[in-house]
Amino acid sequence: MIPINHFLVLSTILFSIGMYGVLSRRNAVLILMSVELMLQAVSINFITFAAYLDPSNATGVIFAVFVIVVAAAEVGLALAMILRFYRNKQTANVDDADMMKW
Amino acid sequence: MSNEEIIFYFVAAATVLGALGVVFARNVVHSALFLILSLISVAGVFVLLASEFLAIVQILVYGGAVTILILFAMMLTRVRDTEGAKMNGPQAPIAFLAAVTFMVTSIVAITTTHFPGESEKINVIDVNSIGDKLFTTYAAPFEIASLVLMVALIGAIILARGEEGE
Repeated sequence: MIPINHFLVLSTILFSIGMYGVLSRRNAVLILMSVELMLQAVSINFITFAAYLDPSNATGVIFAVFVIVVAAAEVGLALAMILRFYRNKQTANVDDADMMKW
Repeated sequence: MSNEEIIFYFVAAATVLGALGVVFARNVVHSALFLILSLISVAGVFVLLASEFLAIVQILVYGGAVTILILFAMMLTRVRDTEGAKMNGPQAPIAFLAAVTFMVTSIVAITTTHFPGESEKINVIDVNSIGDKLFTTYAAPFEIASLVLMVALIGAIILARGEEGE
């Protein structure tokens, strides 16, 4: 059988790659995709603990369902904001979002 | 090495490959396609964890809706592949260092921890108990999740609609 560490290490690797993507990419849609990667890693972690440690209590799976729901809502709203921003500045680069700087 | 471990390594390799492709690809559309690969592979991981319901939900919601949304947004905010548009910011090496530090620290913490009550095999969480919990213990978050979706829908329509007279 698969030991629990395998899933947790996979979740950590996915989270770190997503974190690097959020911190280093300049396009707003690419940052959003990296945030999706991080949410996937969190879901894997929750379901792993639910399956291995406490299967009578399905809390981990339900939490993963709610992560999917909130992530879908967040993607819709974030993309609407990116579209609005693109309409003003003709670019999706987050470096150009400096209108509120002093 | 049992059969499940071989399948797990295969699925995990596809996931990590997709994630690396999202972060390191030159073309933004290639990044979106690598994201689809990663999301489908995560659904495979969910199947390995004996929660098939969540795997199907993952494929439907993420692979079906979220990636289509992202591709549409990429089409509407078309980044010209110009020479001046840099892909990564100047803080990319520091971000790499931070990500690697976090990963190494977490992996060390994971492999040296003995989780209490850990059983050696994956227990199946059947859909009956998920549905039962969702309507009894977690009924309030369930309703609030529907409110969240409604607010997101209304907000997205208002934000993307455009000014008056357009």
